[in-house]
Amino acid sequence: MNTSPETLPRRPFDVQVVRADFPILARPLPNGATLAYLDNGATAQKPHAVIDKLREIYETCTANVHRGIHQLGDRVTVELEAAREKIRGFLNAADSAEIIFTSGTTMSINLVAHAWGRKFLKPGDEILLNEMEHHANLVPWQQTAKTTGAKLRFIPLTTDGRLDASHFDRVITSRTKLVAVTAMSNVLGTINPIRELASRAKSVGAVILVDGAQSVPHMPTDVRDPAIDFLAFSGHKLFGPTGIGVLYGRREVLEAMDPFLCGGNMINEVHLESSTWGELPSKFEAGTIPITEAIGLGAAIGYVQSIGFEAIHAQESKLLEKALRLLPQLPGVTVYGPAAEHRGAIVSFTVEKVHPHDLADLLDQKGVAVRAGHHCTMPLHDWLDVPATARASFAFYNTEAEVDSLIDAIHYARHKFRLE
Amino acid sequence: MNADLYDDYILDHYECPYHKGHIASPTCAHSEKNPLCGDQIRLELKLDESGRVAEAFFNGKGCAISQAAASILCQHVEGKTLDELRGFQAPEMLRLLKVPLTATRQRCGLLGFKVLKTLMYELDQAPAKARPQPTDGSDPVVATSG
Repeated sequence: MNTSPETLPRRPFDVQVVRADFPILARPLPNGATLAYLDNGATAQKPHAVIDKLREIYETCTANVHRGIHQLGDRVTVELEAAREKIRGFLNAADSAEIIFTSGTTMSINLVAHAWGRKFLKPGDEILLNEMEHHANLVPWQQTAKTTGAKLRFIPLTTDGRLDASHFDRVITSRTKLVAVTAMSNVLGTINPIRELASRAKSVGAVILVDGAQSVPHMPTDVRDPAIDFLAFSGHKLFGPTGIGVLYGRREVLEAMDPFLCGGNMINEVHLESSTWGELPSKFEAGTIPITEAIGLGAAIGYVQSIGFEAIHAQESKLLEKALRLLPQLPGVTVYGPAAEHRGAIVSFTVEKVHPHDLADLLDQKGVAVRAGHHCTMPLHDWLDVPATARASFAFYNTEAEVDSLIDAIHYARHKFRLE
Repeated sequence: MNADLYDDYILDHYECPYHKGHIASPTCAHSEKNPLCGDQIRLELKLDESGRVAEAFFNGKGCAISQAAASILCQHVEGKTLDELRGFQAPEMLRLLKVPLTATRQRCGLLGFKVLKTLMYELDQAPAKARPQPTDGSDPVVATSG
């Protein structure tokens, strides 16, 4: 178990040393350019610790979990449960049975929308959302509202793209049964006041679901402080594999829910006409989960812990501050979202007269990878009144020189568009 | 990779598009949106009595590739018969752009073409007698989704 995450000691942070952990960062792009990967909000690159772990599992203990009475089955089950326990510790959950493996944030939220929403929501109940939510934390609730007769309500945003706390009293009422909110906007970077929302939700008897897709990889998460009911996040944005994600659910709430997907592994007893459900977490893990990916996610979390959120925050803050300082100085550039103290290291912007897709294409020619489009937030882009934006989203392995590359590449794009 | 993607030919069409605007009374019109990127194209055609495209206008917003391609498309289809338009295929549209497009950007480059093809389909589906005739300036259309 030479790559067991437990063996990774905490190291003093040196960005160049850290970059060497990510093989892709040193590879020239197909066009020969040097990669400046600023699309971490879409997916993050994978360190050796994760890649090696996947390889180790495939090479040494491929078997199904909780089934095989053989050595490989035993070993892979131990690995999987160790990963679950690692995630529990990472989130400070009370019990590893509260850690449900899913395919990602989207499935985690859909699980709650079906298994909790359709069971407990009634006509007249309210689901509280807001316009900055990713489609994954909006569309499932639209469907659940249609099915149950519950109503969607939206917390208004301030002009700089934060939840407007002055409306909390008005929108969080005894009719509110669920507050579904992102901890960090994937477009504006806005960090939302989860502590206050959790406390207000609790005070009216509502449950709170936090979309941690963007926050979990970049800041400490403690599901018991502030206490939340559900947390959804994806492995691939956390430097782990694709196809794996987590739903944390408070045991009491998970136990009250019916299963989401049904089939193997999630049952206790099956008769021809009826079945009983397995214990947590199996009750919500029907079929064969992405076993190797789940173990890889454990390795990713071990890796992130070896860097430490203090170092991650320090590095990402430097990059954010530099981007927020330099981008608005460029002619025609508009940056969206709140001031640095209210956001994570995500910067969405537009360049006048250069459509974000054209911009992303031209930045790519210089090796600068950003995302362009509506970033699965069409209502937010309606609110911003732009059809699309370009987004630079940073990780701890990004450098200040890469922010300079972004700025230079924007100049190049403007030049190509005959604007300078 | 596409160092020449934004060459003068594309940028000229983007900045000074051919027939961007509206026809007072089009024979048919159709709009589409590419939901992945938000590009929008509306295409309006005026057919003459012999069934040739007398005028083609587009309107829309989006990236340089989608808008330049729609401009190039309008230039290309004018004077063509409906039969010629039925035979007009995507590879030819891509060739007209004169720049290599990646698979992702082909969606942009082919948005106007897709609108044209939907328009042709709708025209072919509409019974001849039910086909809208140009009357006044009130935008008679065969299909107006998007």
